[in-house]
Amino acid sequence: MEHSNEPYKYASHHSEAEGKKTRRMIWNMFWVLLAITTVEVGLGLTWKEMGIMWSMVKMTFIILTVAKAYFIVAYYMHLKHEKTGLQNTIIIPYVLLGLYLIYMVVTEATYTHFMDYFF
Amino acid sequence: MSHSEVVDSKTAWAGDNNSPFGAGYGKLMMWFFLMSDALSFTGFLAAYGFYRHDYGNIWPTAENVFTHFPFIHSHQPLLYVAMMTFILIMSSVTMVLAVEAGQRMDKGAVIKWMFWTIIGGLIFVGSQAWEWYHFIHGTELGAIELGIGTIEINGVVEQTQGIIGRWADESKEVLLLPWREIVGDVTSPYISLTGEALKDALANGEAVYGANMTHNEYGHPLFADFFFFITGFHGTHVFSGVVLNFIIFVNVIMGTYEKRGHYEMVEKVGLYWHFVDLVWVFVFTFFYLV
Repeated sequence: MEHSNEPYKYASHHSEAEGKKTRRMIWNMFWVLLAITTVEVGLGLTWKEMGIMWSMVKMTFIILTVAKAYFIVAYYMHLKHEKTGLQNTIIIPYVLLGLYLIYMVVTEATYTHFMDYFF
Repeated sequence: MSHSEVVDSKTAWAGDNNSPFGAGYGKLMMWFFLMSDALSFTGFLAAYGFYRHDYGNIWPTAENVFTHFPFIHSHQPLLYVAMMTFILIMSSVTMVLAVEAGQRMDKGAVIKWMFWTIIGGLIFVGSQAWEWYHFIHGTELGAIELGIGTIEINGVVEQTQGIIGRWADESKEVLLLPWREIVGDVTSPYISLTGEALKDALANGEAVYGANMTHNEYGHPLFADFFFFITGFHGTHVFSGVVLNFIIFVNVIMGTYEKRGHYEMVEKVGLYWHFVDLVWVFVFTFFYLV
C-alpha cells in the first residue's frame, strides 16, 4: 500500500455556527448531570427522614446512575452520533453482561460465604 | 493490493482505505480499549456487590465513614464526595469544550479548556489522596473489633468474631454494633452494648484505629479492601488521564495539531477523560450512595 496524500478524512470539523449549537448542548447536558447528582446526594441525606423504603431509594439511585451514564456516553463521548455499527459494538456486550451480572448477584451472591472456608 | 512495511493512520485500513464505522483508526482503538477497561471496573464492582450483599447485615454505610470536610469539624456525610463528583463532571465539561474548539480549529480555546481540565483532574486526585489519608488515619476514638464469641440478636445467636463495634460517644460506655436487618426498611441500624455485655465484648475484643488491608475501624475489612482497590484503580486512571491530557496540551501549544490540520488527538484523550468520569459515576453510586 502506498502512502496516500489525500487528507485525513475521519476527523470531524464544524463551523462557528454549528459550534455554537454544540456548546449550547454541552452546557445543557452539564445542568442535567448536575441536577441528577444533586438529587442523588439529596436523596442519600434525607431518605430516612422522608420515610422512603430503602429498596425504592436503591432502585432510584441505580436508575439515575444509568441515566447519567447514558448522557455522558451519548453526548459527551458523542456515541449518539456515531454509526449504528459502532454503537452496537460498544453497547450490546454491556447490556448482555449487565443482565448476566444482575442474575448472578440476585441468585448466587450468598454463596460467597463459602469462600470464607477456603481463604 | 501490494504489501508494504509503512502503515500510517490514513491507510491503516484495507479495502478502499475506508475505516469501519467511519471513525479514525486511533479513535476506534480508543473505544475498544475503553470497552475492555470498563470490564475491569465491572469486575471490581461486581465483586464488591457480591460481598456487600453477603455481609449486608454488618457492612458499614459510607455516610458513616466519609464524614470529613476540609476546615469544617462537624460531621458532613457525603458532602466531600459530592464536591469531588462535581469537580469531575466540571472537568468533563471543559474537556468536551476543548474537543468542540478543536473541531473549529480554535487553538486558543483548546489551550484554555484543556488547561482547566488538567486543573480539575489534579484537584480530584488531590481530593482522593486527602480522603485516603482520613480513611487510613481513622478517628481518635477508634473502634473495638470483637473476638471469638456469640451474641444474641433478635432471638438469634450470632458469631461476633471480626464484628466492629464503634463507640457511641467519648465516654465509651455504649458500643454500637452495625447490625442491620437485611430485608425491609432499615430504620435502626445499630445494636447497642452496655454494662456486662460490653465488659464481655471488651475482654475478647481488640482496639482498632483507622483502616488498612486487614483491619478497618469503620466495619468489615473487605469494605476497606474494596475501597482501596476500586478508588485506587480509578485514581490511577485519573492520574494517567491527567498525564495524557498534559502531553496533548503541550502538543497543542506547540502547534502540532494546527500543522496536522485536525485536533482528533484531543478528541481521543477526551474519550478517555469522559470514561474516567463515567466510571466515577458508578463508583459514586455503588460505593457511596447505595
